[in-house]
Amino acid sequence: MDFDYTDEQQLLKDSVGKFLEKSYSFVARKQIIASREGFGPTAWEGLASLGLLGLPIPEDFDGFGGGGIETMIVMEAFGRHLVVEPYLGTVVMAAGCIATAGTDEQKKYLLPLIMEGSMRLACAFTESGGRYDLNHVATTARMEDGQWIIDGAKSVVMHGAVAGLLIVSARTAGAPGDAHGISLFFVNPAEDGVSGREYPTYDGNRAADIVFRNVHVSADSLIGAADLGLPLIELVTDRAIAGLCAEAVGCMGALNDATLDYLKTRQQFGVPIGRFQALQHRMVDMLINFEQANSMALLAAVKVDAPDATERRKAVSAAKELIGRAGRYVGQQAIQLHGGMGMTDELSVSHYVKRLTAIDTQFGDADHHLDRFAAAESAKPVEVTVFERPRAKWKRI
Amino acid sequence: MDLNYTANELAFRDEVRAFVSASLPPEISRKVIEHKRLGKDDFVTWQQILHRKGWIAPGWPVIHGGTGWNPVERHIFEEECAAAGAPPVIAFGISMVGPVIMAFGHPWQKERYLPRIHSSEDWWCQGYSEPGSGSDLASLKTRAERRGDHYIVNGQKTWTTLAQYADMMFCLVRTSGEGKKQDGISFLLIDMHSPGVTVRPIITLDGEHEVNEVWLEDVPVPVENLVGEEGRGWTYAKFLLSHERTGIAAVSRSKRELAYLEHIAAQEFSGGRPLLANVRFRDRIARVEIDLMALEITVLRVLAADRQGKPPGPEASILKIKGTEIQQALTELMMEAVGPWALPYLPDSWGDHWLGERVGPEYAAPLASRYLNFRKVSIYGGSNEIQRNIVSQMILGL
Repeated sequence: MDFDYTDEQQLLKDSVGKFLEKSYSFVARKQIIASREGFGPTAWEGLASLGLLGLPIPEDFDGFGGGGIETMIVMEAFGRHLVVEPYLGTVVMAAGCIATAGTDEQKKYLLPLIMEGSMRLACAFTESGGRYDLNHVATTARMEDGQWIIDGAKSVVMHGAVAGLLIVSARTAGAPGDAHGISLFFVNPAEDGVSGREYPTYDGNRAADIVFRNVHVSADSLIGAADLGLPLIELVTDRAIAGLCAEAVGCMGALNDATLDYLKTRQQFGVPIGRFQALQHRMVDMLINFEQANSMALLAAVKVDAPDATERRKAVSAAKELIGRAGRYVGQQAIQLHGGMGMTDELSVSHYVKRLTAIDTQFGDADHHLDRFAAAESAKPVEVTVFERPRAKWKRI
Repeated sequence: MDLNYTANELAFRDEVRAFVSASLPPEISRKVIEHKRLGKDDFVTWQQILHRKGWIAPGWPVIHGGTGWNPVERHIFEEECAAAGAPPVIAFGISMVGPVIMAFGHPWQKERYLPRIHSSEDWWCQGYSEPGSGSDLASLKTRAERRGDHYIVNGQKTWTTLAQYADMMFCLVRTSGEGKKQDGISFLLIDMHSPGVTVRPIITLDGEHEVNEVWLEDVPVPVENLVGEEGRGWTYAKFLLSHERTGIAAVSRSKRELAYLEHIAAQEFSGGRPLLANVRFRDRIARVEIDLMALEITVLRVLAADRQGKPPGPEASILKIKGTEIQQALTELMMEAVGPWALPYLPDSWGDHWLGERVGPEYAAPLASRYLNFRKVSIYGGSNEIQRNIVSQMILGL
């Protein structure tokens, strides 16, 4: 049992923190959000030069070779600075997909492009009407004349429009809802038949709805084995969730710091408002929520690399559930304790709250993950024994 | 970063597990697991088993009979004992007054009392709260007046847990009315068999006799029973409160209770299906389970800091608040799980030697009383509101 970072991890934490401190101020972030691209090309280059774009890529391919803990360290810092870069989709999910299941050729071609920062990817997994279910895939792919032909639509694909390459889940067998029959494909969004619309999300990010009509992609666009894509989708999504949990912890930490500072400086009735017990106790509960969330982000970071999928699912869903609840509490109370100022666009408080609120919605909210957690739980057999009922005869016991 | 136990820690766990399984009397663990009433003998029997093994006081220095375990090993020990259904070691002697005597007591007090605490020869109780002094403990009024080589003690203590079994009481008394209220308090060791000591039961809402009033009328206490210096009692009391606080989260016991809750919910039926398959009920269990998973990691994080020489301080208050919320949620869910079978009130049936008829499933009988009894955990040991005050002042600086 050991909660220490290795020297390398500590170095990672320090360098990503320093970099964001310098180049991702609240003002700089506002400019990035307002820009046409919606992400920061300079920041992206910076992440590349720090080696962060190769975080989950194995050392054999000149990556960082990091796991859940390294992702946690980076994402927590991103949460602190409200980073809006397409990192989760490109690095944690897409690079994770390629490194886990890609062919040697796919790896050799794509991983260097990702690491040097010249290619961003997005994972187009979700569809309208499917809510958070990863197996709800109605988009189809069929093989014709040595090519895959893809038809369907994906919705709310995070950073979908800035991706140079999409990873699309499509059904090669079965019906929507089936676990079997899902495959993953690389699709170039410049391909004929790909269209879409881009829009901002309320937390400063961007998303896209993408339609695929008779889109032809080559046979080697398939990632991993045909029909057996769901476990890979689930794996990289769990990694993204573990990352989001850490990001949420970063947001909550920043909100708690800001709120505590406000309680100590804001004067009403001639005293700092932090003198009032009603507010003190609220702040303590925010701290407790933060500590519990921190513990679960840690658990998710460690267990996301567990070889046993049930163990991984349980920990990741438990973390997302608790963090959904904790994030809601911390966010709402941060606004409340800031009073009217918490309602303004000017203060960073509201931006952290929006990001926390959005995190709960990404890849399944607290209810969804409570369900997934309980389902993983009930995989264990239930023992039922019959007990004797009392006789229906009146007597005093 | 590694949340798994090392090979050494696993070997240690196996050693503890083997010992507990071989030495914990099954009739005692059955009572603990099924929430039956425990008597003095049940506690003392288990404590003496641990005493003979040398494992009764893991927190003590080895020279006084401690084990020399690190915080993780102590956690493993607590975990194994709780999982097996061992009764909790009564805290008053081993965890509370023992460390105070070690830190501040006269050599003769150490020589006399520490071995008797270690062997459970003396049962200790805690004379802190008074009718007018609960959360504001420092306002206490019980007086100790020096007369020759004795203090004469007058006053009333209350909520004194298991004082009906006690041989000794460590007691906060006022030796001076001058200056700050904290400065006039002294720490006395009082023989409960002294003349003038009267213990009166307080029956709580669950119908049980667990706490008492202790009346002190002209009780003579030898001057050598003063711990440390006169007027420094408040400092010793605070030392005592900050000692051994990670156990307060009761994670291990709550894990056992959670398993028992699932055991009950699998046997109770609702709409023809086990209650465990009822989504509304299952979700409530799952949420507590997730809170408990998080609390366990939080406790381990505090222990890890502890191992690096950072003593557990006000973080313990966080563990107490969250731990007691979880304990209360579990007792509430257990009571609700049995539905109408929570209603029959037959307290004799959960004591020893009940040969009478039972009403409803055996596991259901004590659950309502237990739910009611556990309202205490957010009140005792510094109410959860006082804990929030502590966090607010000591951690947040408000």
